[in-house]
Amino acid sequence: MRFLETFFNGAVMAKYLPDLLSAIVTTLWLSAVILVLGLSLGLALACLRSLGRWYLTLPIVAFADIGRALPPLVVILICYFGLPGLGISLSGPMVLILVLAAVLAAFAEEIFWAGLTAVPKGQWEAGRATGLGFARTLFEIALPQAIRMGIPPLVNRALAITKMTALGSVIGVKEILSVSSSAQSFSGSATPLTMAALAYLAIFLPAVLLSRLLERRYSWAV
Amino acid sequence: MTAPAPVHQRPMLEINRLEKRFGETEVLKSIDLRVAPGELVFVIGPSGSGKSTMLRCCNRLEEPSSGTILLDGEHVTDCRGAALDRMRLKIGMVFQGFHLYPHKSVLGNVMLAQIRALKRPKAEAKARAMEMLEHVGLAHKADAMPAELSGGQQQRVAIARALALDPKVMLFDEPTSALDPELVGSVLKVMRQLRDEGMTMLVVSHEMGFAREAADRVVFMDGGVVVEAGPPGAIFGNPQSDRLKSFLARVSKAAE
Ligand SMILES: Nc1ncnc2c1ncn2[C@@H]1O[C@H](COP(=O)(O)OP(=O)(O)O)[C@@H](O)[C@H]1O
Ligand SMILES: [Mg+2]
Repeated sequence: MRFLETFFNGAVMAKYLPDLLSAIVTTLWLSAVILVLGLSLGLALACLRSLGRWYLTLPIVAFADIGRALPPLVVILICYFGLPGLGISLSGPMVLILVLAAVLAAFAEEIFWAGLTAVPKGQWEAGRATGLGFARTLFEIALPQAIRMGIPPLVNRALAITKMTALGSVIGVKEILSVSSSAQSFSGSATPLTMAALAYLAIFLPAVLLSRLLERRYSWAV
Repeated sequence: MTAPAPVHQRPMLEINRLEKRFGETEVLKSIDLRVAPGELVFVIGPSGSGKSTMLRCCNRLEEPSSGTILLDGEHVTDCRGAALDRMRLKIGMVFQGFHLYPHKSVLGNVMLAQIRALKRPKAEAKARAMEMLEHVGLAHKADAMPAELSGGQQQRVAIARALALDPKVMLFDEPTSALDPELVGSVLKVMRQLRDEGMTMLVVSHEMGFAREAADRVVFMDGGVVVEAGPPGAIFGNPQSDRLKSFLARVSKAAE
């Protein structure tokens, strides 16, 4: 009974449910924006890198390496607490979106690029020999194959990044973790944290299952 | 004074003093070759003699170091950017490794460049693709994915993909070398049919039997030069140079 009382207290649940629901909505839209921005920026960078110009490749590789090396929390704190000193004040959600999208873009660029380099040279030659230009060959022939190869690591990375929306709790973003941990300190009950865990499961378990479907949908025998 | 050659005698493909260097290594040393309209020219020679490089220079997959290449009187070697892409539409190429697009169906493979490069309307491209697949005996595989096909079928799709663009010349780089022996015949059959329809063809291959029976002319390359050229009867029946003699001896020994 102690266990139920601690983790599944009905009265506490009822009290904080509305707050938590709105936090779930916040986490969802933050994740969606981060995924769209991060994946498209990563894809665009990989495409630019495929042009093989050093003045593009150099900054892209630097961005990808730094973005993958720095702990996201450090960057979030620097942007949230440091930038105002330069006269740039960004809201918590804004900082969270920009930083996590940039980190995702850094990883996604490397994944898309790895896929592009793994596309056999003969595929490019077949495209070019049939009169397709560089861009058409890239978009119609190389990228679809690169994306397909990248889907498993991309899905893992996307899940990892969206879970990092919980870092928003340190800069006052009203997402699931921050709402439930403040509820926990107000109520003195661990139940809100249980609710947070359930909420994360409710979001990410379907996402994991969906990703399995996606992997199957985009696989073809070679 | 000799009379000017009649118009129909103008070569379809003309390679003049073609040279290609990779860094220090000279791979092609002044190659001259003419292919008349409707002619099937067969290129033989030991591995590393520069046969693939010569073919790949014809559509500029390799950049020639010097020399000129003309297709039906038009310079291939001067083209850049979009003009080169348009020129490549007229030069069909078939690779040893097929290089079908694994993410597209057979039909999609044959339609892609028609739509994206030749700018054919989709319905027309589809009709043309089906016609070409019919031609290579694979219309019933239109909706299959490349991985579901045998090597011989994949190569025939690759031929259909090139033919669908209505090229003026077809280049074949060892089209049957990657195939199991029992599948070679199906590809050669399509090539013979093409030849009978009057397609101009430049074929690099080790299928000597096919060369004897279908080639108008055989060119023997070694060490980046054309050592000997002539009708198949003369090349195989009465080789002049020692290099060709020893090459033919080696090939026939390997075939036994
Ligand atoms: N991209 C390249 N870079 C350097 N050397 C090359 C390249 N492509 C071909 N070669 C060299 O050129 C020579 C001719 O090759 P290739 O044209 O493939 O001969 P073949 O098709 O007759 O076997 C070989 O010695 C090969 O090593
Ligand atoms: Mg070769």
